[in-house]
Amino acid sequence: MWSFFHKLGSPPWLYRIAGTILRWLLPLTLVTLAVGLCWGLLFTAPDFRQGNSYRIIYIHVPAAVVALAGYYVMAIAGAVSLIWRMKMADIAMKACAPIGAALTFIALVTGAIWGKPTWGTWWVWDARITSMLILLFLYLGVVALYEAYDNKEAAGKACAVLSLVGMVNIPIIYKSVDWWYSLHQPASIKFTGDSTIDPSMLYPLLLMIGAFYAVFTCCLLMNMRAEILEREARTNWVKKLALEYRA
Amino acid sequence: MYFQSFNEALVMDGHGGYVWAAYAISLLVLSLILLAPRRRQQRFLRQMAGEQKRRQQGPTVNTEVN
Repeated sequence: MWSFFHKLGSPPWLYRIAGTILRWLLPLTLVTLAVGLCWGLLFTAPDFRQGNSYRIIYIHVPAAVVALAGYYVMAIAGAVSLIWRMKMADIAMKACAPIGAALTFIALVTGAIWGKPTWGTWWVWDARITSMLILLFLYLGVVALYEAYDNKEAAGKACAVLSLVGMVNIPIIYKSVDWWYSLHQPASIKFTGDSTIDPSMLYPLLLMIGAFYAVFTCCLLMNMRAEILEREARTNWVKKLALEYRA
Repeated sequence: MYFQSFNEALVMDGHGGYVWAAYAISLLVLSLILLAPRRRQQRFLRQMAGEQKRRQQGPTVNTEVN
């Protein structure tokens, strides 16, 4: 058990194991994503009230779900690096931020596009949408804050604190559609009780949520690998790797 | 397939523009975040390899390095 944690803190080990995982996870991710996209776009029946515009659900909901889940990963990694000074946790936290920002951006843009034919407007300043916009700024804030410091250790600490403070936004996003009057509908998929979505739409949606989780994991591992190399540039194993790259 | 023809899938009863635009933008962003780390890593390794080469060809050759 402890040797596992010990290995987790070893850059070359993490670099190698992440590469091994990516070798099968990346193709699997791309196939799942392609199948899910075609399924949602071309093979499901239209919604009886919204018509075909509802097809946007297959990217909007997965992007939003994983953008929120990614924030947990970032905040937990930040807490670990703050408490135990684990370098790899700091790397994980930094790697999460741009992916989370991209996913939040997708959720907001597809939401706006979906809103036009459904609500008659691209944008409303209601609780759900505004709190998602704050999430985007939190992610971008972490990216920018990291770049603002020359001292990477201080940057890591500041970003960890920012991501932990930003956690307060997460329950607000979840509960926003219940707490405030909103154009946005409440959740259709429920862990307790029946989901209010037909199975023929639920399965492709679940597949797409899985695909987006896989995309997040792939990007996280790839970002971490790139970051590890740059931080370990002076070590022998990275020098050897560069030598092999040239060959 | 739900749609009868390619054209029908393109138009989607008037919602085609919205749906296809949403999918296109998402695919673009996803491919950006999937490709960016690989490019970053390759750029770094290329740079490292270049530095090693320069050091080998330099006037003060140290065979111990590398």
